[in-house]
Amino acid sequence: MPEVKEYTTPHKPTWCPGCGNFGMWEALKRALSQLDLDFNEFSVVWGIGCHGNGADFLRTQGFHALHGRSLPVASALSLTRPDLKVIVEMGDGDGYGLGMGHFIHSVRRNIDMTCIAHNNQIYGLTTGQASPTTEHLMRTVSTPGGVLEEPVNPLGLALAQGATFVARGFAGDIPHLTELYKQAIGHEGFALIDVFQPCVTWNKLNTFSWFRERVYNLEDEGHDPSDRRAAFELSLTTFHEMTCTPDECRVPIGVFYRDDEVPTYNEDATGAGDPGYHKATKPRDISDLIAAFG
Amino acid sequence: MPEQKTVATTGNSVVAEAFRQCAPDVVPAYPITPQTTIVEEFAKFVAQGRVHAEYVPVESEHSAMSACVGASAAGARVMTATSSQGLALMWEELHIASGMRLPIVMANANRALSAPINIHCDHSDVMGARDTGWVMLFAETAQEAYDNTIMSIPIAEDPEVLLPVMTCLDGFITTHSIDRVQLMDDESVSAFVGEYKPVNALLDLDNPVSHGSFAGLGGPYFEFKRSQREAIDRSKAVVERVGAAFSELSGRPFGLIETDMMDDAEVAVVVIGSTAGNVRHVAKQLRAEGVKAGLVKVRCFRPFPYAELAAALAGVKAVAVLDRAESFGAEGGPLYLETRSALYDAEHRPAVVNYVYGLGGSDVKLELIRSVFTDLSDIATGTPALHGPVYLGAR
Repeated sequence: MPEVKEYTTPHKPTWCPGCGNFGMWEALKRALSQLDLDFNEFSVVWGIGCHGNGADFLRTQGFHALHGRSLPVASALSLTRPDLKVIVEMGDGDGYGLGMGHFIHSVRRNIDMTCIAHNNQIYGLTTGQASPTTEHLMRTVSTPGGVLEEPVNPLGLALAQGATFVARGFAGDIPHLTELYKQAIGHEGFALIDVFQPCVTWNKLNTFSWFRERVYNLEDEGHDPSDRRAAFELSLTTFHEMTCTPDECRVPIGVFYRDDEVPTYNEDATGAGDPGYHKATKPRDISDLIAAFG
Repeated sequence: MPEQKTVATTGNSVVAEAFRQCAPDVVPAYPITPQTTIVEEFAKFVAQGRVHAEYVPVESEHSAMSACVGASAAGARVMTATSSQGLALMWEELHIASGMRLPIVMANANRALSAPINIHCDHSDVMGARDTGWVMLFAETAQEAYDNTIMSIPIAEDPEVLLPVMTCLDGFITTHSIDRVQLMDDESVSAFVGEYKPVNALLDLDNPVSHGSFAGLGGPYFEFKRSQREAIDRSKAVVERVGAAFSELSGRPFGLIETDMMDDAEVAVVVIGSTAGNVRHVAKQLRAEGVKAGLVKVRCFRPFPYAELAAALAGVKAVAVLDRAESFGAEGGPLYLETRSALYDAEHRPAVVNYVYGLGGSDVKLELIRSVFTDLSDIATGTPALHGPVYLGAR
């Protein structure tokens, strides 16, 4: 079993001190180690954003994709190398912005992969602009008058589109996040883990302490992860920093929903059966026709 | 001439200032390094009520240019800014904007394209867009970036043109460096750019029109393209006219190309953007050493000033064309190809050598420029011309 530290490259992380990415990095390395995954047994695809710098710090066969395009790359990887555990690391601006179309379609295909979203509710790498998950009315450098849109609800979208594994983590709880990663990687099908990953430099609203006062573990409160309706209800919980106190607004983390019975796209695409396209017409011999025009 | 204010600030900052002074109705935009601060500063102007524009922070560059197209078709004055992968993601909409003859003005912070990932300056992004039907102006300095942005509006909106204009400045070098810039007052800019009078606007409900309809299957697609070609050909005179008017207002010269020390030059460098400063500096040093060195800077790349460039190079023995972009599989970079084409009909054709330099922000040191002039002097005195492109300074 590779030790946790063996998943680290000699490259020093470029993240800001205290960045939520450190917790996610550590949790992933622990999960990989505990699952006894050797370096050639998994592959990670990163998108563009601060999280994507992780491509240099995690020892694996990695692919650093374009902004928003990690999921299509990972989909192809999963289909062509079903022996690999395919993991996507994407950002909220990346995966839920430019990549939103890919996100929805990856969910509905149920391709076998683990999708980890680094959700810091801000564009960190480009220094503090509003992202698709930035809170309504929050002032940022790109929205000095406040964000006009409601934030994207990734868990709700995934559940509505038939996702087979939906979870939320918090970068400040590494042991819990490690367990989530292990479950998601073990799940056959598309597994989403949206992780609240506070940006200590650019997001002064959704901070570690803000989350610490509000997160609770679904497992501790008896949530049944096979109940899709209950999961959907939970996904609709909103928590605007500007309006909610720790008492009245709690943030659930853990596995919202899991269904291991749904066949994956990988099985359908590579399984037996008689695909209709084999019945396509053969080219017809038209030499008589050509001869008629001499 | 109206009084101007001299400030020390970045290229992006003065482009944002020019945006504000041009008073666009709609600015849809998406952040991307090194363009981001243009739109951030503009967003601040909107929030402060210093410009009355609809500012739309969209979810991607494709959406940004789509929104530009929609707003411009509706009859609005529209501006935006992008860079690199953002420009690449806008691709199909760039053609829509020019094909529908929408006078959108876009600033581009010139930056390398992936892969591998790189955020620094080169011209791969904009040179890839050279055949999309946009008028393209390039700046050497923050001052030129400011001036070009203001000039872009009357060029784009001229009834003889009605084409989108891209105003390009070098990523980080020009966008982020502090430079001395003279700014016009709001009233002068406002009067210079005038009020936009859209034709065939969707919001002109008394004269209903459709935009972007199907023109295939024997429809007028081919003729549309010819009219686009005629428009960009006509735009050359408009760029010159607007440039001359702006020169009069600002006191700063403008030409499709800028020549420096070219009157008796025997060796010359043709270049675009911020590197012109490096070349000018070295050429001046060489002049002091007795070398007849000169500089030609191309400021308007589309439409390309073939005749002007050929005339500038008429007495030169050897020319180096510096490309900060590749045209893989071609004989050289985009500027080289245009320069060679410009010289084809010339009575006297100098030796022309192509150098590809500075890709992905690779440093453009003065000694590299000096080595180019040394090569040219050798060629001018009989050494066979180099076959390029020569990768200048590549390790």
